[in-house]
Amino acid sequence: MQIQLNGENHELAETCTLEELVRELSLTPQRVAIELNRSVVRRDQWSQTILNEGDRVEIVHFVGGGLSEARP
Amino acid sequence: MSTPATALTDQIKIANKAFSSRLIIGTGKYRSYDEMKAAHRASAAEMVTVAVRRVPLDRSSESFLDHLDSSLQILPNTAGCYSAEEAVRTARLAREALQTEWIKLEVIGDQTTLFPDNEQTLDAARTLVKEGFIVLPYFTDDLIVAKKLLDIGCAAVMPLAAPIGSGLGVQNPTNLRIMREQLPDATIIVDAGVGTASDATIAMELGADAVLMNTAIAEATDSAKMAKAMRLAIEAGRLAYLSGRMSKRLYASASSPVSGVVR
Repeated sequence: MQIQLNGENHELAETCTLEELVRELSLTPQRVAIELNRSVVRRDQWSQTILNEGDRVEIVHFVGGGLSEARP
Repeated sequence: MSTPATALTDQIKIANKAFSSRLIIGTGKYRSYDEMKAAHRASAAEMVTVAVRRVPLDRSSESFLDHLDSSLQILPNTAGCYSAEEAVRTARLAREALQTEWIKLEVIGDQTTLFPDNEQTLDAARTLVKEGFIVLPYFTDDLIVAKKLLDIGCAAVMPLAAPIGSGLGVQNPTNLRIMREQLPDATIIVDAGVGTASDATIAMELGADAVLMNTAIAEATDSAKMAKAMRLAIEAGRLAYLSGRMSKRLYASASSPVSGVVR
């Protein structure tokens, strides 16, 4: 099953929840936030959110930054 | 360092919080985490900005937040956003991840100059204020836009001194003075374009309530030293502003009595 993950195609072996995806990617849940099809999904909802074909997922974290830098 | 007495009496209020430090700094462009931490400590800043970015999926990344002093308030920003929509989405994600309502709103209009898109900024601010965010918007030093941002409900306004990372210092002191006079109750935080200590002092003497900077400290040869310089510069500028400076005169005015000189 294919989804869009951070702008790239991502193959999922089987249906999974957001919680399982985070685990599969070895991410620390407390350090990331997730947007599914343009809506933020709260951390306490990850285990109940099942991914579907074509879903667009954005997973973000925080980095150093003061003000915008020019895009590469 | 300010004496405890000064620290408590001249605090800056932003939304529901009071800060003793009038210096807000960024976390970008440092050569190392150690350098960043040393600069933060030397600055005595109480709030730092961080950016929101996609997690790299091809490699493990340590958490940037773990490298920040736990006493600092983290202010997420929408750096890199070029539309109100991107900024609003980024703000919502930041709120969820950090469990904070505070957001430093940046919507850029042009890649080369990194000047803000005031129209998109107003648009994003409207949405975010409605959603309960505490919005600190970055914009060009335009009085009319400042009024609109405040009417929308932004907690402060953050006019730029000069383009981001340019280090040019306040390019339009007149605009800042007018803004301070016309908006006596607003919290005005000069943001972007500061290069060295005197730039920060000038911003405070013009009536700014605080200064936000990143590059000026991070790109200094000795960033911890510059951070300390900025802390002192802002304190000096603030004191000078509160002191009520003397008037400028075109001609000399003798400081000593004119009579009684031996001739």
